[in-house]
Amino acid sequence: MAITRDEVKEIAELARLSLSDEEVTRFTGQLGSILEHIDALSALDTTGIEPTTHAVPMDCPLREDVAGAALPAERALAAAPVRSGDFFEVPKFVSGS
Amino acid sequence: MSATTTSAATAAPDFEAVIGLEVHCQLRTASKMFSAAPTHFGAAPNSQTDPVVLGLPGALPVVNRQAIEFALRIGVATRSKIRARSRFARKHYFYPDLPKGYQISQYDEPLCEHGLVQFVLDGQPREARLTRIHLEEDAGKNTHLPGRATSLVDLNRAGVPLIEIVGEPDLRSAAEAGAYLRALRQLVRWLEISDGNMEEGSLRADANVSIRPRGQSALGTKTELKNINSFKFVEKAIEHEIARQIDVVTSGGRVVQETRSWDAERGTSFSMRSKEQAHDYRYFPDPDLPPVVVSPDWIARVTSALPELPAQRRTRFVEALGLPAHDAEVLTGERALADWYEAAVAAPSKADPRKLSSWVQSELLRVVKDTPLAECPIKPDMLAELVALIDAGTISGKIAKDLFARMLQSGERPKVIVDREGLTQVSDTSAIEAAARAIIEAKPKEAAAYKAGKQQMLGFFVGQTIKAMGGKANPQLVNDILKKLLES
Repeated sequence: MAITRDEVKEIAELARLSLSDEEVTRFTGQLGSILEHIDALSALDTTGIEPTTHAVPMDCPLREDVAGAALPAERALAAAPVRSGDFFEVPKFVSGS
Repeated sequence: MSATTTSAATAAPDFEAVIGLEVHCQLRTASKMFSAAPTHFGAAPNSQTDPVVLGLPGALPVVNRQAIEFALRIGVATRSKIRARSRFARKHYFYPDLPKGYQISQYDEPLCEHGLVQFVLDGQPREARLTRIHLEEDAGKNTHLPGRATSLVDLNRAGVPLIEIVGEPDLRSAAEAGAYLRALRQLVRWLEISDGNMEEGSLRADANVSIRPRGQSALGTKTELKNINSFKFVEKAIEHEIARQIDVVTSGGRVVQETRSWDAERGTSFSMRSKEQAHDYRYFPDPDLPPVVVSPDWIARVTSALPELPAQRRTRFVEALGLPAHDAEVLTGERALADWYEAAVAAPSKADPRKLSSWVQSELLRVVKDTPLAECPIKPDMLAELVALIDAGTISGKIAKDLFARMLQSGERPKVIVDREGLTQVSDTSAIEAAARAIIEAKPKEAAAYKAGKQQMLGFFVGQTIKAMGGKANPQLVNDILKKLLES
């Protein structure tokens, strides 16, 4: 098998997805077949071919360092489920003891 | 300090610390790393954002050229190897201060690698290797209010350009780590790419610390020390961690690989237990950002525009101007100060560089503590003129101190004040002799004491005579004349 149930559970946790047992089974199968397809590509000899990371062969365009207008705080916060003054308010998440 | 630290310190000679620093430094650009949102520090919460910063759907990043230029500057200054094609990658993790769910950083193809940082420890020049310098974006800022179930998030800082300067584990003591970090701060300020302010968070350091028995080459298990947010605490925090590890090992335990947070108030650190088993950031090349290409021409332009660096300038001050090493170090602390001093040396008055150096350190630095050097009413050529006036015997050292204070008030040149107020030192021997005679006549008891062998009375007469002449008498002449008169 290309991927184990435990690996699927770990990836789900990293992505903050909560999966039922049935979903873990289903996605293990689906992800497995995707990886098998990738394995087929691995069979090709790619010696000397640079890995493709971008579909368009171009250099990164650069922008001059000129500050534009900022989004007003009201609009930046418009979609916040909870706010406190001009801050986003979120469940406490401080780590450590 | 606790008993733990004391026992560890006693055992310390058997162990050697191995330290490497990871330094994050905000670049002083006007706009953010990947968009035109402004970067004003201290602005009202969430007032410095735009759709790219907020990670809104459809927003696309565009790289800030100035940020690349700034990173190139420190890359060249540290003699790093510059990558002609470097790449941005996504580093994934979930945190409320990271709106996109990933940070754009550089991973396996950073802009700069294998550099070198030069610094001074106890007057000795040292070097430490750099693994890499890469570009990334900063995250937002969180405020945790005590006693509340929620935290507050301000995204003004999100997207501010950062360089991460990753050092090799070449440092062997807390003092060395401190000196290295101060040299980095000096360098980023010198290159004018960051204000390097730890208290405001524009310079942040994490320390990887491990210990090993002296003489062993294999590395011990390291811990990562985070949240050292002041220069005051850098050495203290690392010192504490070294002592803690030595204590663990000497009491039969093993150092656990973990991230620890420094608590400056309590002077101790605590373990930050991460919920994620291992950090798995699932890096991959950012599809929105093609490779950044830096041409040899661009590197050449940055190289030729580079100022003379602190280490070179320090050496030159010692070798060409004859300054003691300590003076050279102080004067090259900030580029503006080194420039100021050098302008004074080059001024038409041709004042002695060593005397100028001591005036700058004892007088100038005292008065510009809280104001920028450029705003000081005393300009380099004015100080040079003052020092030259003392050297020529025109004014006494005492008058010079008063003059300095008055120049600071009025911004007038010393010669102007001297001429207007007749402050020229009296070197006329007959005038001095007349004043000296009068003093000796007025103080027969003291004169008799001197003649009876009480040598230290001479100082009394010198002081009295100079005072009688309004502070303007040449002290050396006064001294000679008094000696002659009293001993005749």
